[in-house]
Amino acid sequence: MKKAVLEVLDLVKTFMVDGAPIHAVDHVSFQVHPGEFVGLVGPSGSGKTTLLSILAALLTPTAGEVLVDGHKLSKMDEGDRVKLRRSRIGFTFQSNNLIPFLTAQENVDVMLRLNGWPVERGGRRTADLLSRLGLGDHLHFMPAQMSGGQQQRVAIARALVHDPALVLADEPTAALDSERAFQVVETFAGLIHERGGGGIMVTHDLRMCLHVDRVLQMRDGRIVAEHATKKEIVALARAAG
Amino acid sequence: MNGLSFPVYIALKEVWRNRGRFLLLSLVIALITLLVLFIAALGEGLADGNRQYIGNLDAELVVFREKSDYIISSSRLETGTLRAVRRMVGLENAGPIYFSATEITSTALPIKVSLLAAEPGYPGMPTVAEGRDFRGGGSKEVVIDRNLALRSGLHIGDGLVVRSTQGPEDRFSDLEVVGIVGGQSYLFQPSMFVAAETWEQIRPQTEADARDDTPYPHILAVRVSDAGAVEQLRSSLLAQVPKIEVADVATTINNIPGYSAQQATIQTQGFFTLLIGIMVIGGFFQIQVLQKVPQIGVLKAIGSSNSAVGMAAVVQIMVVTAIGVGLGAFMTFLFSLGFPPTVPLTFNGVSVAASVLALMLIGPVGGLVSVIYAVRIEPLRALRLQ
Repeated sequence: MKKAVLEVLDLVKTFMVDGAPIHAVDHVSFQVHPGEFVGLVGPSGSGKTTLLSILAALLTPTAGEVLVDGHKLSKMDEGDRVKLRRSRIGFTFQSNNLIPFLTAQENVDVMLRLNGWPVERGGRRTADLLSRLGLGDHLHFMPAQMSGGQQQRVAIARALVHDPALVLADEPTAALDSERAFQVVETFAGLIHERGGGGIMVTHDLRMCLHVDRVLQMRDGRIVAEHATKKEIVALARAAG
Repeated sequence: MNGLSFPVYIALKEVWRNRGRFLLLSLVIALITLLVLFIAALGEGLADGNRQYIGNLDAELVVFREKSDYIISSSRLETGTLRAVRRMVGLENAGPIYFSATEITSTALPIKVSLLAAEPGYPGMPTVAEGRDFRGGGSKEVVIDRNLALRSGLHIGDGLVVRSTQGPEDRFSDLEVVGIVGGQSYLFQPSMFVAAETWEQIRPQTEADARDDTPYPHILAVRVSDAGAVEQLRSSLLAQVPKIEVADVATTINNIPGYSAQQATIQTQGFFTLLIGIMVIGGFFQIQVLQKVPQIGVLKAIGSSNSAVGMAAVVQIMVVTAIGVGLGAFMTFLFSLGFPPTVPLTFNGVSVAASVLALMLIGPVGGLVSVIYAVRIEPLRALRLQ
């Protein structure tokens, strides 16, 4: 098996609330391998988003280690973490994903510009990717002119366009109806498999896990279950909906 | 925009796509620019009107009567002082200057003028641009300044009548214009120059003054032979010539009655206008940043550095300020074309450049708080991930 694009080793994140420690992430360990799309599920408050924030190098853990594409986050200063987010990680968020004054193509191009890619070459790459996501006719649309699903697909393109080692998606389907949500996740999964990077999708909707390769279930900051076979995942998704 | 750095690209895209909003702010800056430039021009115009003649003096030092506190109207020098001063070593030349005011009554509307006397060829007498210098010995010849020529329509060879109250009576004197010098306003009035004896005959004076025909100069303008030895000559003058005090030209200007207070008022107005500009720009950009917190959070989360976010904000502020100042300068130019010549507006290159520089600085200064706020935005909080 190829080297993991993400290694999480005994990760702990503790917040102090009213003087009492709350373990938002409690001794979590797992790996994500190239081409693998992992679903991180759990009820609200289970620690999914805190974990994702640590993996994104946006939050420092209390203990443990995270390696993204072989780079130890604990050894990095803020400047290095910014560079890592820019070059090795792709993001989609629940909402407020896109820069409102940039077109779909420009929103995706932002990642290439941040990484210093030649604009001409990047532009073709962006256009190809958006076309594959069904937005070939929307390259010059502003975010306000697009539906929520279209905006999420632009965000997915932005997360993938610079070939990151790891893509992190925080509730990418939260603002979408079921049909659109399934389409977005299916497209997302397809692109991750094809490009060979790793992906983690945080969702509270178990039905969205049909297209992932593995599901990690969290509760109270811990991973309480792992579903690694297609049969288990399908059963989990069907049970939810 | 392909070759631009990321901060410049993102800043200009936002300005262009929201050009209506940014143009409104630029228009506000343009109005502030208009106001600042007009205040500066008014300050310069008023200063010119008050000090133009003194400012143009071809001299480094000015000799006053002792205890006159460098105030021209308080100084009257004894007749021997000029001779004593002219004997000093290190002095190139010295000329007496006599000040008064009168009124030209022969024009369609009476014009109040500064009536000055000086010796042609000596410091204090401006170089004649047209015609010739007046003759001495009580001749009825006058040299007028450009401002008076423009306002009165007088030309070389024209006659004019001045009215002066001498004792209990008004005296009317006929003079002939023989020359024109450049602008030499003094105490907000255009100037005319005559010989000292003529000045003594036609100036307003009390009954007691009228009994003495000797003209006493108010001040002496002194030109030094070595520009580096001004202080040395000043010390020598004070040591060797009795009953005098000596000032440089700048001190003389600052002691023109009302000059300093007027300039301070104008400068305060300009300062407060700039302050208002800083607050307007600061308020606008702070609201902008507050509205863009999630957007800045996304940029930071996907790998935009704090310096890039800060630089983008600075670029926006600079662009909007530059457009506003440019528009304001153009509007000022258009307005200035329509102002009557009686409004004392003088667009001096140095003061306009200083004002434009100050206006260009109010953007970054005003937007500083918003830039700092933008740099400090935490992506986690901005995206509500925490």
